[in-house]
Amino acid sequence: MSLKIVVLAKQVPDTRNVGPDAMTPEGTVNRSALPAIFNPEDLNALEQALRLKDQFPGTTVTVITMGPGRAAEVIREAMYRGADGGYLLTDRAFAGADTLATSYALATAIKHVQPDVDLIIGGRQAIDGDTAQVGPQVAEKLGLNQITYTEEILSLKDGKITVKRHIDGGVETVESALPCVLTVNGSAAPCRPRNVKRVMKFKRCLAPMELAPETTYADLPYASEYEKKPYLKLGQLTCADVNADLQQCGLAGSPTKVKNVENIVFKAKESKVLTGSDEDVNGLIQELLASHTIG
Amino acid sequence: MANYYNDIKEIKFELENSPLMERIVELKERSFEDKDKYDEAPQDFADAMDTYDKVLDIVGDITANVVAPNAEDVDAEGPHHENGRVRYASKTYENLEAMTQAGMNGMTMPRRYGGLNLPVTVYTAANEIVSTGDAGFENIWSLQDCIETLYCFGNEEQRQKYIPRVCKGETMSMDLTEPDAGSDLQSVMLKATFDEENNCWRLNGAKRFITNGDSDIHLVLARSEAGTRDGRGLSMFIYDKRDGGVDVRRIENKLGIHGSPTCELVYKNAKCELCGDRKLGLIKYVMSLMNGARLGIAAQSVGLSQAAYNEAIAYARDRKQFGKAIIEFPAVAEMISNIKARLDAGRALLYQTARYVDIYKALEDIARDRKLEPEERAELKQYSRLADAFTPLAKGMNSEYANQNGYDCIQVHGGSGFMLEYACQRIYRDARITSIYEGTTQLQTVAAIRYVTNGFYAQVIEDYEQLPFAPEYEGVMARIKAMAEKFNACTSSVKEAENQDLHDLCARHLYEMAADIIMCHLLLQNATKAPELFGKSLQVYVNLAEAEVWKHSALVARMTTESIENYKVS
Repeated sequence: MSLKIVVLAKQVPDTRNVGPDAMTPEGTVNRSALPAIFNPEDLNALEQALRLKDQFPGTTVTVITMGPGRAAEVIREAMYRGADGGYLLTDRAFAGADTLATSYALATAIKHVQPDVDLIIGGRQAIDGDTAQVGPQVAEKLGLNQITYTEEILSLKDGKITVKRHIDGGVETVESALPCVLTVNGSAAPCRPRNVKRVMKFKRCLAPMELAPETTYADLPYASEYEKKPYLKLGQLTCADVNADLQQCGLAGSPTKVKNVENIVFKAKESKVLTGSDEDVNGLIQELLASHTIG
Repeated sequence: MANYYNDIKEIKFELENSPLMERIVELKERSFEDKDKYDEAPQDFADAMDTYDKVLDIVGDITANVVAPNAEDVDAEGPHHENGRVRYASKTYENLEAMTQAGMNGMTMPRRYGGLNLPVTVYTAANEIVSTGDAGFENIWSLQDCIETLYCFGNEEQRQKYIPRVCKGETMSMDLTEPDAGSDLQSVMLKATFDEENNCWRLNGAKRFITNGDSDIHLVLARSEAGTRDGRGLSMFIYDKRDGGVDVRRIENKLGIHGSPTCELVYKNAKCELCGDRKLGLIKYVMSLMNGARLGIAAQSVGLSQAAYNEAIAYARDRKQFGKAIIEFPAVAEMISNIKARLDAGRALLYQTARYVDIYKALEDIARDRKLEPEERAELKQYSRLADAFTPLAKGMNSEYANQNGYDCIQVHGGSGFMLEYACQRIYRDARITSIYEGTTQLQTVAAIRYVTNGFYAQVIEDYEQLPFAPEYEGVMARIKAMAEKFNACTSSVKEAENQDLHDLCARHLYEMAADIIMCHLLLQNATKAPELFGKSLQVYVNLAEAEVWKHSALVARMTTESIENYKVS
């Protein structure tokens, strides 16, 4: 048995290592100050896909990412770790997309590049938006089952997948028919490292959007390599390529409107010093009961 | 995210800033003949260098994010002895899996066997990096370079059988030491007999202190010539664990490198294959194996010195006493500056050695396929000699430095360093073995001393004096030249005495003087190219080296045929 797997991945600013210049004075993310990285939970998702590929030879793992030219780095990174290839979904019309417009674009692209997909796997959420909405919305738009908070794929046989998922206070095991959508938790197995031979093989992969304006692959260093090795040209899809409805894309397709952005500075409030005396302890208990913090 | 390669600019400098690198790549890639055969092969020099950078980036990533975080647990748990087998500490398996998934095995082997065809210099950097994260794990992982000996001396059938397995992550060991044969390997008694009935060799006996002794593929030194008692009766054998017959009797309880199991092995009629020719086991193959292993220990030592530096400086910046960070106290800052100077000097020596090894090994490999041109033969001879002369310097000096740096690192930590809470105590313990195994420092001296007496080091030093350097270092150069004069005077006086005991007693001092001066020159070259990286280390190291050379010179001056009686103990 071989599977067709699509992994959804996103390039995000590294919000885990925030410096003093991480936000602009207007309160938006200063993308130039934060390095762009592979969204961490998407790496957990990729690992789940690669484990299935190890288990079922012949399985293909295709990465789809939406973003500007530099987001193709995510596809290369996934290929270094074992993915077969990928597509950069890129178009001015996709710009300014909220989760709804993003999931529309991704769902449309999946239908276009992998209509017979068995499994779509993505990270639970991206560290820039933290919404955890895109995976479930893609499932809805494609009319597929979804399993969120995936910890581990326990088995896959007879067209059914069994998954251990993380829930409040424990785990539960669920089963779904294929095809379906999984979103994977950061506590799932970490992604395997880059493989050195794959890095050597794919390091020159480029999407057309990454080329300087008015240049082609023939103008690049090692141009003949791109002739000999078609896999060095990464897949790229525009709005028109996937027949997307412009009204549902980008800003036009995004009902989310940002009304206001506030800078919040956390400050310590006045503190109260209690001793270990019975009186103080009782006082604290009464206070916490009154505020319904305990009891 | 932390990366033990990208975070240490000096390693990248060592890789990129030698005029020898272009020649190494040219020889190793044989004018890029693999470029149309293998997708992963480089197209030209720049492409090869880019590849090396990417390889080490992955090694640095795995070391920082898998190996180093696991080091403490691996050290605490150690390996287990179960039913005659070794089970590693549980996180050792995580480390090995990450390395295998990344394809970091058989790194120097040709692509046709599944290897990466990397120069020794790049592999050495990988070794150093991994050792900074966990020297005990590096010990297991770097045994992959035993395959080099099988590649050089095994037959084609053996190469095809074993090399791809090592490239896929199977581990190796070299079974040399026995209870009564440590430094003196001529006394090896493990018996190898030919089994006529099954047309194979059989091993019977025991080995001791075998690093990673339960590995998948062993290279074994054994006595194939019954009745002999010296090195000429020993041959090299390959034992495949899949055939069975070798059990682990016990695992040693060691001071350091806990992650690496040191085993006592029992061979019970174990089936094995002869590697190369009979009787050449010790005199040819083990010597080759040893030189590779010694370079590996030199790299391990530099990695430990880097770890000592990292821990010392981090603690000294953080720890406050008398109202300020202790790094601000000159007495503490001096210790850290000395660690850094020894680290940079030792690393320069390590990579210079690795480059010499690369050129001669690549030429030797070409010679397996075609006759070398006369100028290539001369080049092979020159670099083989340089490699042979530099390897004992790199191993001996770096291992002693790793010990000193580990000691100073604990000293910087004060009382906290003596407690088992900080990484410095593991570094200190792990460093201790480096000046012992693969030949003690005393044996490195034995290997190196002829290059003192035959004037080879003196010639190398003279050649280095001719290299261009930045004008601001005129004064430094004058001081290095003065050290060389001291060294030459000491060498002459020892030679003139014509007394073997005196010669042996002074050997260590002469050896260290040569090494100190060579490292001064290498740092001078580095500082000329990158004063921002090496300027301070050069000045500090020259101060240290000068004091050392003066000290050794004073000692040698006091060692006479009469006074050496005072050094005799019974």
